[in-house]
Amino acid sequence: MTQAVKILYCRCAYAKVIAPEVKDEVLQRLTQSGVPFEAVPDLCEMSARRDPALKRLAAEDGIKITACYPRAVRWLFSAAQAPLPKDTVDILNMRVDSAAAIAGRLVQEHSKGEESS
Amino acid sequence: MITPKPPLQIGLYQNGGHRPLGGGREYDLTRKLLDKGYAVSVIRSDSQIGKIREGAWLLLGCFGKEGPLPSVGNGNGAKLYFRDIDGLETSQILEAVEQVRGETELPDPGGWKPWFPVIDYNRCTNCMQCLSFCLFDVYGVHEDKIQVQNESNCKTDCPACSRVCPEVAILFPKYKSGPINGDVVRQEDIQREAMKVDISALLGGDLYGSLRQRQTEARQRFSTERDESRALLERKKCLRKLKKDFDIPDEVLMSLPSAGDIQERAERAKAKLAARQERSQTVRDTRPAPTEDDWGI
Repeated sequence: MTQAVKILYCRCAYAKVIAPEVKDEVLQRLTQSGVPFEAVPDLCEMSARRDPALKRLAAEDGIKITACYPRAVRWLFSAAQAPLPKDTVDILNMRVDSAAAIAGRLVQEHSKGEESS
Repeated sequence: MITPKPPLQIGLYQNGGHRPLGGGREYDLTRKLLDKGYAVSVIRSDSQIGKIREGAWLLLGCFGKEGPLPSVGNGNGAKLYFRDIDGLETSQILEAVEQVRGETELPDPGGWKPWFPVIDYNRCTNCMQCLSFCLFDVYGVHEDKIQVQNESNCKTDCPACSRVCPEVAILFPKYKSGPINGDVVRQEDIQREAMKVDISALLGGDLYGSLRQRQTEARQRFSTERDESRALLERKKCLRKLKKDFDIPDEVLMSLPSAGDIQERAERAKAKLAARQERSQTVRDTRPAPTEDDWGI
């Protein structure tokens, strides 16, 4: 939505492939952190709909996406004609990594960015 | 393709001056909105609102006496709605969201499990095996390039086309295991998938060819006295093998087209392939022959 929002959280709402405790804890930590973020119900659904928001998000410099496997996320964006930049995007995998590690990285990195800007 | 109309988007206005919801309520509301299929932007500054660019947005916040952000302009084509949620329970906020969605006549979010293939073009060689294999017209070709064109035609939980892809280039992000779910492709995955893909070993030829051959054999065998039940048994046997080796759900097997439809489809795919080959041949023929300069001699 804005240049300031650099965190995207995918809820994967229509499947049970991400452990509920992981996605709940990441969301909880994000809401407690006080950082702006965008949360979407399901990146797959947005990709199938070619949601124009994906183009906007892909254009965000230094965006961090917490969803599933990076290869899947990249090609979902690409399928919606919104390819992600190769080097300036960070994709965190809630299917594999712990909630604490993901949330820590999201919030910590955001704080660093705020300090330096 | 799925309807391109974007649903109502929610902005949760949490700027300090407007009595933000506590972290616990913010979490609860965001989670419930997401599970109902709404995208939520947690907004921490007025400047973020000014930069909203597209779609219809409902901004939820505790605006107080200052009213719904009258000073915030938006000239980017987005339509903004405001609701003061001060003192409302989460259930009442959700009702307010539904009410606004009804007023905007935007589609009800959710309702479809987004299960469809995604192509990894770093691996895809455009061999079109997926196009030939899929019986539900999920794939199509645009400018000679394979594409996923009809996502909603895909049968939920069926990963069969990814199994026939010789390059492990087809993903189903919601699949249970890798590399089909998007996990890194390893050499052993390629070897394992190749074994499953070996339709020749599985059915004694390509899938459609095998079905055609079986049909022809059945016709010859039963030309004088047709035995439909035996042919049906044969088909069932073939389908059971497909189910086991490709992890195809029962539901998909139940909705497979008839043998006649499959044959017709195979003929269409064959004709398309021939036309494509003819086109590429014509392009090659019209190119001028390389000269010594071209070869750097």
